[in-house]
Amino acid sequence: MTTPTYVNTPVEPFTIEQFYKFLEQGKLMGGICQKCKKVHLPPRPYCDKCGADKFSWLNISSKAKLLTYTIINVAPQQFQNLTPYAVGIVELAGGVRIPGMIQGVPHDQLKIGMNLQVDFGTCSQPQQWPSWQRYCFKPL
Amino acid sequence: MVTEGIMGLNGKPLVSIIGAGMSKFGKHDGLLGREIFGLAATEAFSRCPKLDPKQDVKAMFIGHMGESYEHQGHMGATIADWIGLRGVAATRVEAACGSSGAALRTGIYAVLSGLSDVVIVGGVEKMTHRTTAEVTEYLAMAADYPFEQFHGITFPGLFAMMATAHMNAYGTTEQHLAKIASKNHHHGALNPKAHMQKEVPVETVMGSKYVAWPLKLYDCSLISDGASCIILTKPELAAKYTDQPVHIVGSGQATDAIGLYERDSLTSLQSTKLASKAAYEMANIKPEQVNLAEVHDCFTIAELIAYEDLGFCALGEGGKLVDSGATSLGGAIPVNTSGGLKSKGHPVGATGTAQAYEMYLQLTDQADKRQVKDAKVGLTHNIGGSGATAAVHIYRRDQ
Repeated sequence: MTTPTYVNTPVEPFTIEQFYKFLEQGKLMGGICQKCKKVHLPPRPYCDKCGADKFSWLNISSKAKLLTYTIINVAPQQFQNLTPYAVGIVELAGGVRIPGMIQGVPHDQLKIGMNLQVDFGTCSQPQQWPSWQRYCFKPL
Repeated sequence: MVTEGIMGLNGKPLVSIIGAGMSKFGKHDGLLGREIFGLAATEAFSRCPKLDPKQDVKAMFIGHMGESYEHQGHMGATIADWIGLRGVAATRVEAACGSSGAALRTGIYAVLSGLSDVVIVGGVEKMTHRTTAEVTEYLAMAADYPFEQFHGITFPGLFAMMATAHMNAYGTTEQHLAKIASKNHHHGALNPKAHMQKEVPVETVMGSKYVAWPLKLYDCSLISDGASCIILTKPELAAKYTDQPVHIVGSGQATDAIGLYERDSLTSLQSTKLASKAAYEMANIKPEQVNLAEVHDCFTIAELIAYEDLGFCALGEGGKLVDSGATSLGGAIPVNTSGGLKSKGHPVGATGTAQAYEMYLQLTDQADKRQVKDAKVGLTHNIGGSGATAAVHIYRRDQ
């Protein structure tokens, strides 16, 4: 009788919370599907391309390109002191996209296609759940 | 690709509508949502006098987006209780602003399953007693939390980002969007149940303040109170209840990524494309055979994108379609003859079945000043959130 071999994989869980924990450590991380190599940001239990459920963490460059944006004038209570503020969706290396606030760019200079970078460590962190460190997009 | 199990009906009815009702949309001070629903139910019952609601109705599906507005969840049972149908199986269906489109779809499941011969589907929302900041926050709950809401992205903000991308890709302009707003207000001025029954010239839209650039106040639908419902039965039982049934001949519902940022396109809704493809195939018709449509114009850009996704024009040509006047009353394919969410109002949970109510009126020649002449086939398009849900239904008159 053979003893079963348990492979201990000390891999952080592929969760949204873990994505934000990595940000606090200064790392922008996505989950790459081990089967089809699609990068998921945020990570998730199943690959939306091939359906596989095995992922590895992948460090993603913080270089970003602006795909679209808007300037918010009417905001929920929590963000009202920031209005007007710009938000956008950026594309990172490998085609991964994330949305977020754009800071440090005059609103009349925002332009689709402009280069930005994902900045973390300087953005606000809420006191209540979820007390994740926010990221934002800033000029290069 | 999602495929439906019930293809190839060749336009045979799935279910028939035997009655429909809608409260006036607008401000209903002094009435709770359940009481507003009572106004819609009373009208629907009065339009179907042969129906004995207590005896005949076997199930109810009620679209309702949020318990935050009235501090009231459990809307299925609440409504059943308040319209004299205590005892009937009643379930709340939630798909954000697409809640009652999804409730309609669920009602079709119930009838087609054979379990329930007569079903009420409807929706309700009471919103106007809340501040704009509160409503903005509640509506944003339909968007992705950890990446969109968490970063201050609002609902108008999501549609504004689609508009920015559409303008950049296809040359669509703020003027195109303003024309849509003005058209829908023109239609709404003819609808005695619309929230805002007045003409709004393009210049007024263009001069209004930005909510989320490039979308202005008049690009946004209204915050309203209201309720709507329709009564469904099996096609073979319709004649027992009415001489003027309207048949639903196609139904599609689909999803896309909850976050706008993860979608393949920022200028098109895949959920609408999938849902309409399924509905068209079921009804065995092509987009050009649709005589009129109620589409989900929560923001003007959403209507323009819907033209393209529903196949009323090619991708990127929504602006041209607006300019042609084809989607105005009297045009080749009038869109939002009710005034749409823009002018009729958008009590979010009630919107999907309010679109069905308009189709019921149009296809039974009861739409009065906004009647589309010789309307035979109609389509409704209801989306949830920024388009993670879409429900499309196709209707035809009795022949």
